[in-house]
Amino acid sequence: MQWEVGSALNIASILAAVIVIAAMLIWVERRLLGFWQDRLGPNRVGPFGLLQVVADMIKIFTKEDWIPPFADRFSFVLAPTIIMIVVLLSFSVVPFAPGVGIVDSNIGVLFVLAMASLGAYSVMLGGLSSDNKYALLGSLRAAAQMVSYEVFMGISLLGVVALAGSFNLREIVLAQEGGWFVVPQFIGFIIFLIAGVAESHRLPFDIPEAEQEICAGYHTEYSGMKFGMFFVGEYLGLVLISSLITVLFFGGWQGPLLPPLVWFFIKASCFIAFFILLRAAIPRPRYDQLMSYGWLFLLPLSLINLLITGVVILSANQM
Amino acid sequence: MSDPIARPHSKSFFAKFAELISDTLTSQVVTLWRVFKHLFVATDTVQYPEQQPHMFSRWRGRIILTRDPDGEERCVACNLCAVACPVDCIALQKTEDEEGRWYPEFFRINFSRCIMCGFCEEACPTNAIQLTPDFEMAEYKRQDMVWEKADLLIAGTGKYHETNFYRVAGKAIGGKDKGEARNELPPVDVRSLLP
Amino acid sequence: MTELFYSGAVVAVIATLLVIVQTNVVHALIYLVLSLLAVAVVFFSVGAPFVAILEAIVYAGAIMVLFLFVVMMLNLGQRSRDQEKNWLPARSWLVPSVLAAVLLMQLTASFPAAQTQIVEVGARAVSELLFGPYVLAVELASFLLLAGLVSAYHIAKK
Repeated sequence: MQWEVGSALNIASILAAVIVIAAMLIWVERRLLGFWQDRLGPNRVGPFGLLQVVADMIKIFTKEDWIPPFADRFSFVLAPTIIMIVVLLSFSVVPFAPGVGIVDSNIGVLFVLAMASLGAYSVMLGGLSSDNKYALLGSLRAAAQMVSYEVFMGISLLGVVALAGSFNLREIVLAQEGGWFVVPQFIGFIIFLIAGVAESHRLPFDIPEAEQEICAGYHTEYSGMKFGMFFVGEYLGLVLISSLITVLFFGGWQGPLLPPLVWFFIKASCFIAFFILLRAAIPRPRYDQLMSYGWLFLLPLSLINLLITGVVILSANQM
Repeated sequence: MSDPIARPHSKSFFAKFAELISDTLTSQVVTLWRVFKHLFVATDTVQYPEQQPHMFSRWRGRIILTRDPDGEERCVACNLCAVACPVDCIALQKTEDEEGRWYPEFFRINFSRCIMCGFCEEACPTNAIQLTPDFEMAEYKRQDMVWEKADLLIAGTGKYHETNFYRVAGKAIGGKDKGEARNELPPVDVRSLLP
Repeated sequence: MTELFYSGAVVAVIATLLVIVQTNVVHALIYLVLSLLAVAVVFFSVGAPFVAILEAIVYAGAIMVLFLFVVMMLNLGQRSRDQEKNWLPARSWLVPSVLAAVLLMQLTASFPAAQTQIVEVGARAVSELLFGPYVLAVELASFLLLAGLVSAYHIAKK
């Protein structure tokens, strides 16, 4: 079988790899958080606690999958599937290595942004259909947060797109042969990092599901595998954001000596670990702080970054 | 000449911007670095079943009934422990042997109610009831949490080796009449005029 | 691409019909999102990927989220559903739909022959048009958006 973009083998192995990695993150995150808090984390089930994932899976599959009688069944069942579908669809445009990928789309970056914006429905419908005040508060917060941070996410990417001259993620990677885009686009990278955390509503921006304030936010009423889909969807989002940072700012699969896939894996793992470190270290901001930080600081900064990038590219072209 | 008194309202835009950067970015990065360094710090975890935690001798754990240095039961069934117990988990019945010693006919502690507060130990006048640094008391059946005197009574003296109530008390028991206890004078014959 | 076009079109039509007959506002909004996504697929199939993705980002992703946001605040329950049901008797939709059907027949009769050659208009072509002949319109629209942004900030500040 040939490794070529879009082959059935490619699709199947990427899907399997992404889901397995997202599931393993349950264990990785808990171990890393443990080490950063001077604990050990789960180390009982299997060697180094690796089978903790299996135990969690068995638990979550055999739990009662309850739909509250007061909930709106249609949207209640629909909500957790949306997050899984949109995040998995986003992976279809990510170029993992030469020949490894699902689609080489000319609108790859825009496709990722579209899928991210559709992901907002998952949390909104989940909270709205639950008919629960905490869930509603959580989804209100989620809606405002995700719609706002999509803006900066999109604008911060435009610098990279302008430098590469393409929306195609594979061409963006190839354009970084001379040097990673993190150097000229450092501000864009920082903004994308922050917006990515907010977009996948991970800690410290887990305001939609802040346990200490509003129970579990939008998934208060969810249980069993429906909750599991929200849970895995969050980890999938984490893997997606890490892969995107790798592709957009850190040269994707490019690197010396090691095979391309290994380079991609190493780079993406570093960012996954960094996101877990963020969770371990940074406290959650208040909701209004998050919004004003975004609109009053990140938005002007990303616009200035885009403007300067445009000026530099134009003047370089004219010389 | 610059103004030595800092006026917060007169800060320039760039000073404000620098402050914003230091508040939002620098301090966060420093925090991240400090937490990251904990990856290389030894963990505080005690791997419990394989590695036993260090228990201190004053730990309030499983309750025992002890014996005095002569090997007799210390408990005199005074009921003070049962009265002191805030959750009423101690039950006992006093009885007396032919020598005149008081002892509990039964002594029952319901450990599913016990909160290990140690009030019983403080209340005990004879140091009979004591708490030990043992916490592994889990059971599968709730009824197994009710411990009888046979389960509670140990062979030794526990934490306090000297206490021997009947050797200092004035009560007459078999083998020790009145006035024969430690530091005790013979009883005064109040009907006699002699000193 | 033809199959993609027709499947997208069928989904769009069915979803739009469901938007109209739904009594639950949230369900109607979900079908509206589905309809917009189907229209995006139609755009994609006729060779306009940039417009398709903008349809998904702007309409399905941002504007409908705001609709849903408003619906969240309204506290709609069984009463509003009953009201919606009462507002949809046969006499209120029969005549408009007959007229619409007549209009549809006229339109299909006057359609030009189907264009088989699909020319893909990518992001670059669209932006060359936007920042070439239509730059004035783009600038005016961006002024409008900036004014909206500033005034929204001003109102929120009060």
